[in-house]
Amino acid sequence: MLQASASGTSARKAGRTRGHQGGRFVVYALVGLIGLALALAPFLFPDVRSQEVAARICVFIVLVASYDLLIGYTGIVSFAHTMFFGMGAYGTAIALKSMGPGFEAILIGGGAGIIAALVLALLIGLLSLRVKAIFFAMVTLAAASVMMVLASQLSDFTGGEDGITYSIPRLFSPAFELLTDAEGKALRLFGVPLNGKIALYYFVFITALVLFLALLRIVASPLGSVLQAIRENEMRAEAIGYRVVFYRTAIFCIAAGVAACAGILRAVWLKYTGPEVVLSFDIMIDILLMVVIGGMGTMLGAVIGVVLMTLAQYYLKDLMAVGAEATASLPIVPDLLNPERWLLWLGLCFILLVYFFPAGIAGTMMGKGGHK
Amino acid sequence: MTDTNASFPARVTAGFDRFGGVLWLPVLLAIVALLLIGQPSTWATLTIAGLAMGMMIFLMASGLSLIFGLMDVLNFGHSAFVTAGAFIGATVLAWLGFWVTGSNPALNVMGLLIAITVATVFGALAGWFFERVVIRPVYQDHLRQILITVGALIVAEELVLLVWGGAPIPVPRPAALTGSFVLGGVSVEIYRIFAFLLGLAVYIAMYLVLNRTRLGLLIRAGVENREMVEALGFRIDRLFILVFMAGSALAAMGGAMWAGYQGLITAAIGSEMMILVFIVVIIGGLGSIQGSLLGAILVGLMANYVAFLMPKMALASNMLLMMTILLWRPYGLLPAVKR
Amino acid sequence: MAPVLRLEDVHTDIGQYQILHGVSLDVPEGGVHVILGRNGAGKTTTLRTIMGLWKARRGAILFRGENISRLPTPDIAQRGIAFVPENMGIFGGLTVEENMRLATKDGRFDAERLARIHDIFPAIGQFWNKPAHALSGGQKQMLAVSRAIVERRELILIDEPTKGLAPSIIRNMIAAFREIAEETTILLVEQNFHFAKALGQTVAVIDDGGIVHRGAMAELATDVTLQSRFLSLSLEAH
Repeated sequence: MLQASASGTSARKAGRTRGHQGGRFVVYALVGLIGLALALAPFLFPDVRSQEVAARICVFIVLVASYDLLIGYTGIVSFAHTMFFGMGAYGTAIALKSMGPGFEAILIGGGAGIIAALVLALLIGLLSLRVKAIFFAMVTLAAASVMMVLASQLSDFTGGEDGITYSIPRLFSPAFELLTDAEGKALRLFGVPLNGKIALYYFVFITALVLFLALLRIVASPLGSVLQAIRENEMRAEAIGYRVVFYRTAIFCIAAGVAACAGILRAVWLKYTGPEVVLSFDIMIDILLMVVIGGMGTMLGAVIGVVLMTLAQYYLKDLMAVGAEATASLPIVPDLLNPERWLLWLGLCFILLVYFFPAGIAGTMMGKGGHK
Repeated sequence: MTDTNASFPARVTAGFDRFGGVLWLPVLLAIVALLLIGQPSTWATLTIAGLAMGMMIFLMASGLSLIFGLMDVLNFGHSAFVTAGAFIGATVLAWLGFWVTGSNPALNVMGLLIAITVATVFGALAGWFFERVVIRPVYQDHLRQILITVGALIVAEELVLLVWGGAPIPVPRPAALTGSFVLGGVSVEIYRIFAFLLGLAVYIAMYLVLNRTRLGLLIRAGVENREMVEALGFRIDRLFILVFMAGSALAAMGGAMWAGYQGLITAAIGSEMMILVFIVVIIGGLGSIQGSLLGAILVGLMANYVAFLMPKMALASNMLLMMTILLWRPYGLLPAVKR
Repeated sequence: MAPVLRLEDVHTDIGQYQILHGVSLDVPEGGVHVILGRNGAGKTTTLRTIMGLWKARRGAILFRGENISRLPTPDIAQRGIAFVPENMGIFGGLTVEENMRLATKDGRFDAERLARIHDIFPAIGQFWNKPAHALSGGQKQMLAVSRAIVERRELILIDEPTKGLAPSIIRNMIAAFREIAEETTILLVEQNFHFAKALGQTVAVIDDGGIVHRGAMAELATDVTLQSRFLSLSLEAH
């Protein structure tokens, strides 16, 4: 196991480190720019759809970065990440529905979701992180599917396929005015009314930022180097005395907890929670694509991957529709350009990327990550 | 396995194994189910349905298990072969038209066999392509392997949607295999018997190849220790492509059978079955044909009994089954490699 | 006489660890030749590199003059090189007979050779149809060696055959290896100096991924200064 997978990396590694200063700078600049754009999003892109895109990007950066902690830094492939995401979202949603739109509902429901995610992660981790990576991937896939079925079948509790719609605290509603002008209307800044919608966006943005910085802190900590050691050579790490299963389970729990937090944000922003938006396998695929496209094991790659994929999701489909219309007279081509088939192209790009740039965008530019 | 200084639990397990051990689990499950269900005729119908379903899942799972056992390759795209098999089987059945729907039982069965054969051959060819193009470049690299096969799964599913569209497609079922007969107060669906027998035949064929031929000897050895097989002078990659093709062909065969059983199929048919297939492979023990059969029958029975007793818990029950078995035996019930 | 096997400046990496840096070695035709060294010195890596299980990053491995360092493992095996790995590589789920049959060229046994193997290792015949996982450690080692000699080979690579074996079995092994060495060449990797001394004609001492001493075994066996210089490293001093 060890021999074949590990051989040949060192030769490549040596050549990588130099000559990536420029690339590193580009990545930092890009991430900084994205951060700035997100921070000012309500003023830069005030229309409803752009707001939606920006908030989704914030939530997914947290979700994908926490997944990167697993796959990129620890080499664990889990298909249960949306399950934890969903637990946070459903916890919040159910509490908001039953307790009414208050912050205590978000706190209690979200907290319950996080705790449930942690407990489940601990169980799965202890049960199956001992065995091979592939085995673990299968177990998590099975667990996630069961959770999905449960969510759609326990409809008294979760609203089934239809999901749950609920209200959120008044502070976050568009009707709430943060600051009022002389006429008693919401004060406008750069022509944008300072209402609850802005408050909600900044609630999502700042929480996401804090979580992302926390993840960055984790990978820069001594724990991060332990993870590195484990990933590079499991047997050696075990021999040195790191309790591999313990660390992996710990990381799996941390990632699950952060994913649940992202779920809370998603639930509060959308005012709706259902299997399609928080649990479905499509989201898991999205996360996987985002982390690989951005660059595994870089954290910053998560930011780039999420932005790229989300923009593609929202805007590439429009482009494909235009293309399909323009080529309507040709055979097959319009079918291939049908916006519904966009995953086909994404899948192909993804395969090529994994072949030729396994380090992803950020990893390739910074000359790191994308191990093996 | 049975060291003289084995611990007490190990010795108990050894004694348990001597009397057939885990092979009795399906029987145990059936007895418990009989007690819970109460009516023997209902129980018998459910048992037959469970066995038939188990055999179809076995077709899909055995290839995956062998592929993994031999090369440590877990093909997350395996379900694409199931889906392709289902759609190709359905299309061929539709083409054959009168053969299938007519009243001549010989033509009926022939039609179904042709459909299954076409699906299986397609599975083998697609498997060859898949192994060459998708998997070969990422041998030994689990992470990229999982990613690439997931990517391939996305593409394959999209291609199915492109060709057959998103709407559910009805599958014409051969007239002779439709309906049921009553035996001792138990109504038995003919198609279930057919599915069971086909699965059994495949199992026996696989068993004979694995245990009576040099090719089978090589495969069994390769599952245990790939490196040593190479050190003895055998090209394991050539062996692997054969196994991969066979596994994909079986998945497609299982898909075609399942399509006929369901009567109505969508592009999601493969991914829906895949969860059960993964559970089967995990509880059976990776790389083991016997394990796959045992796991498949357990899962098939469990799914049918629980669907009757507590309909909402059907899938969750199999998940619980998997968790329990993993706690008891982390490597599955009948792992191929003797530790 | 030209050596059967020649290693020229072989470098092997495992991950980012350089295990071998510049191993050069000649293995003469016939007899038993030993590579001695402590744990982690690079003995196993040397054998695995010869067998192609790990690829040399630099250097050449010449087998009867042909560079095999880039060949895949099966091709190396087909040139008549057999390998008995440290963990013996027994297929536990297969019977003893199946283990042996797998090592034949075409699935057929040469009756004469088989009789001789049964003669050298009676346990093989005794457990012929038993699953190999039921064998004891010593019997597994015998099976591993038998498998290597079921066909005539040009060269047999054996990795620490005495590891964990009882002294009486080790004595058996010495006799067996002497007999085997009459028709072929054995390259043995060992930590057990007494076993090596009883068998070896030439010896190479490896430490920290390089050869630190090369010569006839007789020379090392009698020269106490050499022994303390190279073998005090951490070889068992019994």
